[in-house]
Amino acid sequence: MGPESLEAKQKAAIEEILKAYPEKAAKNREKHLGVGSPNDENQKTCGDVRSNKKTVPGVMSQRGCAYAGSKGVVWGPVKDMIHISHGPIGCGQYSRAGRRNYYIGVTGVDTFVTMNFSSDFQENNIVFGGDKKLGKCIDEIEELFPLNNGITVQSECPIGLIGDDIGAVARVKAKELDKTIVPVNCEGFRGVSQSLGHHIANDTVRDFIFDAKVNVDTSDVIATDYDVAIIGDYNIGGDAWSSRILLEEMGLRVVAQWSGDATLKEMALTPKVKLNLLHCYRSMNYISRHMEKEYGIPWIEYNFFGPSQTIKSLRKIAAFFDEGVQAKCEEVIAKYQPMIDQVIAKYKPRLEGKTVMLFVGGLRPRHVIGAYEDLGMEVIGTGYEFAHDDDYKRTKEEIFRSTVIYDDVNEYELEAFVKKLQPDLVASGIKEKYVFQKMGLPYRQMHSWDYSGPYHGYDGFAIFAQDMDLAINSPVWAHSKAPWEKEG
Amino acid sequence: MQEIEKIVNGKDLFKRPEYQEVLANKKQFESSMLAVNPAKVDEIAEWTKSWDYREKNLAREAITVNPAKACQPLGAVMVALGFEGTMPYVHGSHGCVAYFRSYFTRHFKEPTPCVSDSMTEDAAVFGGLVNMKEGLKNCAAVYKPKMIAVSTTCMAEVIGDDLMAFIIAAKEEDGGEYLAADYPIPYAHTPSFVGSHITGYDNMMHGIMSQLTEGQKGETKQRINIIPGFETYIGSLRSVKTIVEAFGTDYIMLGDHSDQWDMPAGQYEMFQGGTKIEDAKDCINSSATISLQKYATVKTMKMVDKRWKHPGGFSNPVGLKGTDEFVMKLAELTGTEVPQKLKVERGRLVDAMQDSYPYMHGKKFAIWGDPDFLIGAVSFLLEMGAEPTHVLCHNAPNGWEAEMRAMLDTSPAKDSLNVWAGKDLWAMRSLLFTEPVDFMIGNSYGKELMRDTGTPLIYIGFPIFDRHHLHRYSISGYDGALNLLTWITNKVLDQLDEDTKGIATTDYFFDLIR
Repeated sequence: MGPESLEAKQKAAIEEILKAYPEKAAKNREKHLGVGSPNDENQKTCGDVRSNKKTVPGVMSQRGCAYAGSKGVVWGPVKDMIHISHGPIGCGQYSRAGRRNYYIGVTGVDTFVTMNFSSDFQENNIVFGGDKKLGKCIDEIEELFPLNNGITVQSECPIGLIGDDIGAVARVKAKELDKTIVPVNCEGFRGVSQSLGHHIANDTVRDFIFDAKVNVDTSDVIATDYDVAIIGDYNIGGDAWSSRILLEEMGLRVVAQWSGDATLKEMALTPKVKLNLLHCYRSMNYISRHMEKEYGIPWIEYNFFGPSQTIKSLRKIAAFFDEGVQAKCEEVIAKYQPMIDQVIAKYKPRLEGKTVMLFVGGLRPRHVIGAYEDLGMEVIGTGYEFAHDDDYKRTKEEIFRSTVIYDDVNEYELEAFVKKLQPDLVASGIKEKYVFQKMGLPYRQMHSWDYSGPYHGYDGFAIFAQDMDLAINSPVWAHSKAPWEKEG
Repeated sequence: MQEIEKIVNGKDLFKRPEYQEVLANKKQFESSMLAVNPAKVDEIAEWTKSWDYREKNLAREAITVNPAKACQPLGAVMVALGFEGTMPYVHGSHGCVAYFRSYFTRHFKEPTPCVSDSMTEDAAVFGGLVNMKEGLKNCAAVYKPKMIAVSTTCMAEVIGDDLMAFIIAAKEEDGGEYLAADYPIPYAHTPSFVGSHITGYDNMMHGIMSQLTEGQKGETKQRINIIPGFETYIGSLRSVKTIVEAFGTDYIMLGDHSDQWDMPAGQYEMFQGGTKIEDAKDCINSSATISLQKYATVKTMKMVDKRWKHPGGFSNPVGLKGTDEFVMKLAELTGTEVPQKLKVERGRLVDAMQDSYPYMHGKKFAIWGDPDFLIGAVSFLLEMGAEPTHVLCHNAPNGWEAEMRAMLDTSPAKDSLNVWAGKDLWAMRSLLFTEPVDFMIGNSYGKELMRDTGTPLIYIGFPIFDRHHLHRYSISGYDGALNLLTWITNKVLDQLDEDTKGIATTDYFFDLIR
C-alpha cells in the first residue's frame, strides 16, 4: 500500500462514513474526522480535526464523564486517602478497581484504592439534600478506617443539581477532625467528557493539598538537587514503577508519583522538586502549569513507550541536570540497549508491516505510536476520546505516515473505519474489544494493557512486544472460518 | 532487566530484587502507615477482625463500603437488549452509558450496544428535550434499530424530564423521516436513587410490555409468557426454554438476551436474537405469564396480574425444588403430564446429588447476590444439607428477608443461619472473621474477601469479571442445578486437596479417590 493510496483510502472512508448521518450530525462529525500527514505545516491540528466539543447525541460515543476523570483517573489512585463516590450507588460500582492502578498497601487498613465507598443516595437524600449524610459518612469512615490520611468527596450528577454544599461539609469536618477533606464537584454532566474532571480534580489538589495544611509530616524529607516528580502516571499494571527505576538509575530522586501508588505525603512534597516530569499531559498539565507559576518548577513532557521515545526522553530529562546525570543517563541507555536489540530482533520479524488502528484516551493515542513503529508496525489510524487541540497538535509530531484521525469516534465510525482500512490489529478499550474480535481481528486493550503490563520503560517495552506478538500471531484467529466454508 | 528468553509481565517482574529495591526506597516519601509504622497496620488489621469492629461496622448508617448492587438503568439496558434489534437508549449523560457498557462487557466478554443522548450542563439547566430530539433521530439513522428503549440516568430524573412528552415531540419534529409515528420507542423512568438494578429491570420491562401492548388486546391464545428477570446466566435462559418446549406449548420469552450476549465468532452484527417485537406486542393475548424472578418484576407482574389477569405468577427454577415447582406449574397451565424427558433429567440430577452429598453436607457457606438468585441458590444449598450461615442481600426488597428467614428455618441448623438484608460486603468481611464459614458463594467482589479472610470463593453470581465463561452455563432447571452441584462439590474437593497436600505431614488424606 503506497502512501498516496493509503491517504486516498482514508479520505474516501471518511466521506463514506458521514453519509449515514442526518445532516446536522454529519456536519458536526465531519469536523472531528480528518487525515493527518506527517510534517504538514498547513494543518493546525493533526488532520485538522476539531476536539473537546459536545458529543453528538445518540451515537454511542466511547466517552466517560467528569466523575470518571476525577475519581477514576486523578484522585482514585491516591492510596492512603478514601474517595467517597457521593451520590447514587452505580458510579462507584461501575468504576471499582477497573483501571488497574497498582499500589502496595494493606487494603482496607492503610490503603483503599480497589474499594468502593459510596454514600448510596436514596430518594430522601435527593429531596432533602445529602449534606447531613455526607457528614455522617465521614464520621463513620474515621471510626472504621482510622489509618486513612484524608478523604475526597467525588460528586456524582445529583449533587450539583440539588444544591448540596459539599464544600461546607468538608470545611467543617476538616476542622473538626484535623484532616484533609477534599470536596470535588466533578458531577458527570459537567463538561463534555472525562477531561473537565481531570481539570477540576487538579484544581482541588492545588486548593486542598498545596494551599491548605496537610496533616502528614513531610519534614523528614530534605530536598536535593535531583528531586523530580512523575506526574500523570497512574501506575497501570505497574507503569510508574518501571519508569521510576530508570530515573533512579540515572541518579534522580523520584519524590512523588502522581497519582499511581501515590500517598498524600508525596503529593505534598512535590512543590519542592526541581523538575516535574509529565507523562499524561492531558490529565495533569493543569497542576504542572500551576507549580511552574506558583513555585517556579519547570515541567517537561516525556514518553516512555518504546525504546526510541524512551531514549529521547531520558536524554531530554538528563539535559536538565548536570553532567553526572547525563553520563549516567548514557550508561542506562547503554545498559538496556542489548536487551532492547534482542527484543526487536525477536519480535520485529513477526510483526513488521502489520498495520494498527488505535483509539484510546489521555496520552496514548500519540505516545504509543513510537512503540509500535519500533517493532516495524504501522499505525494508520488514531484518535482520542477526550483530547483538546493541544493534544492533536502534539500528535502531528508522532505520526509516521498518512493517518486517519478520529476525535470522539463512536462505535459506528470505528467499526466502519476498521472495515474499510482493514488493520491487522485494533488497540482500544473494553467496550470495543469484542466487536473486533468477533470479526476475527487481533485486539489489545490499551487502557488496561489487557490485564498485562507494565508497558512503560525498557522492561515494559519487552512485555508490550510480547503481548502484541501474542495477539497478532495467535492461532485462534484462523479458526473463525470453518473448513467447510469456501475461500474468499 | 528482562531476559529475552523469559519476558515476564508485572506478575513476576516486580518480584525481582531491582524492583523490590525501588519499592522499598519509595517508602521514605510515603505517608501510608505501612511505610510509616508497619506495626500499627498489623494492630489495626487485627482489630478489624474482632467482634468490637464487627459491632461498629454493622452499625453503620451512612457510608456504604463495597456494595453488592448497582443502579437502575443497568437493569433497563439488560431488558432492552433482550428484544429483537433494540437499542438501549439512556437519556442523560454519556458517562453512565460508558459504565453500563463496560460493566456488562467485562462480565459477558461480549459487546454491549447502548447509546445516550449526552446531556451536559445546558441540558441540566434547560432540560434534555433537544438532546432527546437529536439523539433519537441520530440513533435511528445510524444504527437502524427496530425499537429504541429509553431509560434515564439520575441527572435526567433530578431535573424531572418528561420522557413521554419528549418522545412525542421528537417524533413530531422529525416528521417521520427517521422516526415514523408508529416507531416503537417504549420508555421507563429509572432513577438511580431508588432501588437497584433489578428495579430498573422491572421498570423497563413494565414499560415495554405495557406500552407495546396498548390497543393490542384481542383473543386469548394458548401461550405462556416467560419473564426471566435480571438473568446473567445465558445458559439459564436456554434451559428454561428447553423445559417449556418439552411441554410442547407455545411461549414467548419476554426479554431474551441469550443470543445478544453470546454471539458466535466470524462476523459482528450489532443485534442478534431477542424477543420478536411482534411477539412483544401480542404478549397481552397469551393465556398465562410466569415471572422467574419475583423481586425483579414486582411492578411488571402487578400489571400482568391486576390488569391483564393472566394466571401464572412467580416460579424460580433454580435448584431442585424450584425447578420442580416450575415444571409442575407448566404442567398445570398446559394441562399436560410432566414430559418423560424432564422426568429423566430430574432423576439424573437427584442421582448426582446423592452421589456428592457427603461433601456439601454440613458445610458452612456465606452467600450474597440478588434477592431472586439467593432464593434459588440457598434453596439448593438446603436441599444438599449444606448450611447457609450468612445470606446477604444488599438490594433486598420488602418481603425478601422474611421469605429467606422462613426458608432457613426449615434447616436443622436454623439457629446458626443468618439473613443480612441491606448489608454490604464490608459487613460481610466482619461476619466472615467473627463467624467463619467453609466457603463463600458470590461474584468477583468476593475476591478481596477471599484474600483477606482466606475463605475459598465459589464464583456464582454477577458480575464475574475474573473467571471466564461461567456465564455461558446454566444455573436454572435440572441441568442448571447439576452445574451448581458440580461447581460447589469440586471446589470442596479442590480445597480438601489443598488442605491435605502437605508432604509427609497431611498427605495421608490426599486421597486418589473421593
